Amino acid sequence: MATSSAVTANYVLKPPPFALDALEPHMSKQTLEFHWGKHHRAYVDNLKKQVLGTELEGKPLEHIIHSTYNNGELLPAFNNAAQAWNHEFFWESMKPGGGGKPTGELLALLERDFTSYEKFYEEFNAAAATQFGAGWAWLAYANDKLKVVKTPNAVNPLVLGSFPLLTIDVWEHAYYLDFQNRRPDYIKTFMTNLVSWEAVSARLEAAKAASSSSS
Amino acid sequence: MTTTVIIIIFLAIFATSLHNARGATMEPCLESMKTASLPDLPYAYDALEPAISEEIMRLHHQKHHQTYVTQYNKALNSLRSAMADGDHSSVVKLQSLIKFNGGGHVNHAIFWKNLAPIHEGGGKPPHDPLSSAIDAHFGSLEGLIQKMNAEGAAVQGSGWVWFGLDRELKRLVVETTANQDPLVTKGSHLVPLIGIDVWEHAYYPQYKNARAEYLKNIWTVINWKYASDVFEKHTRDLDIN
Repeated sequence: MATSSAVTANYVLKPPPFALDALEPHMSKQTLEFHWGKHHRAYVDNLKKQVLGTELEGKPLEHIIHSTYNNGELLPAFNNAAQAWNHEFFWESMKPGGGGKPTGELLALLERDFTSYEKFYEEFNAAAATQFGAGWAWLAYANDKLKVVKTPNAVNPLVLGSFPLLTIDVWEHAYYLDFQNRRPDYIKTFMTNLVSWEAVSARLEAAKAASSSSS
Repeated sequence: MTTTVIIIIFLAIFATSLHNARGATMEPCLESMKTASLPDLPYAYDALEPAISEEIMRLHHQKHHQTYVTQYNKALNSLRSAMADGDHSSVVKLQSLIKFNGGGHVNHAIFWKNLAPIHEGGGKPPHDPLSSAIDAHFGSLEGLIQKMNAEGAAVQGSGWVWFGLDRELKRLVVETTANQDPLVTKGSHLVPLIGIDVWEHAYYPQYKNARAEYLKNIWTVINWKYASDVFEKHTRDLDIN
């Protein structure tokens, strides 16, 4: 069966922007091998199968996410589509030698909207720790304001009308091999050692540009 | 004289109930609350191998289930205070914590009884009347297992797959619930016979992403005797075949 490259090119399993062992000891190579190599890969592969021969085939990933979100009445392809997007966004939210406090305009905005970096950290940590079951915690941008959001399963801020800037995966598969049940330790390690504030800043610039061009 | 005795007895009972009430509240309107506690496993941590590893059983029981118990008791205490204060908005706000952690406790307490070591009957198929009822509703035991596995594999995120008895409609059902929602959230007349935890913590250290493999193997340690006992208890007064 012939499939055009345009179809498959939309849903690609991009490797993370670092080697699978590059986040050690904070996130193990074994975790990345399974999380990217099995879980993320399965979302991409299953999405391709799911949209083949339907009107969604060949559509950009974000289009599929929006239409299958269907105002909360999720259609079958939503889970795979959103999870494919979320995981790529997650890898790009991290870097070796990351974490700690941001600087510059991003820090200024965090201080403006949360009163301090510490308050932002508290809120982000609480969101990640209290999301029941599977889901994600996010820093997002909407209406010229930064906010923390937590979402269940595959839901992301795109479908809630805001620009995602940073995410942490709190599905158990994201941390179980390294932290077992200790989700709070995983969140702390992520914030202290893994967050790529450069990526967050770049996304913020893009979000501001997109906001002003549409207003 | 008799009236005095009655009053003294009443006061003694009243004082005892105050003494038994946990916490510092002296609200006689609230009954003393029995908090939840972690039940012991009815078998050793390694007794379900190779289907479920000792590592998983330890983490699952001593960490996950224990945390549900601890958080549930904490929420109950907060609820007691909110009720005592007439703080209705807090009472309502606490419901999701109670449902999640209480559900986690209830579900896992059933789950440990749903499992048994092979040498204690784990995996041994059910006898009548449950066996005939399964055949009538699912064609065969294999048919039921296949349906459970398909629905369990399809749960997105965290949840449970249940084999249950619908007391009202007098039939057997397969249902799934999200997160720690107990089976009754799908219908108050539903009685759980077998529940299988498909949260990733239930299988990840051993099976990683291969949930289907976990589901396939768990049937070797499913305690059909427990399911039969519950089924018989609830169908004694029903006319079910």
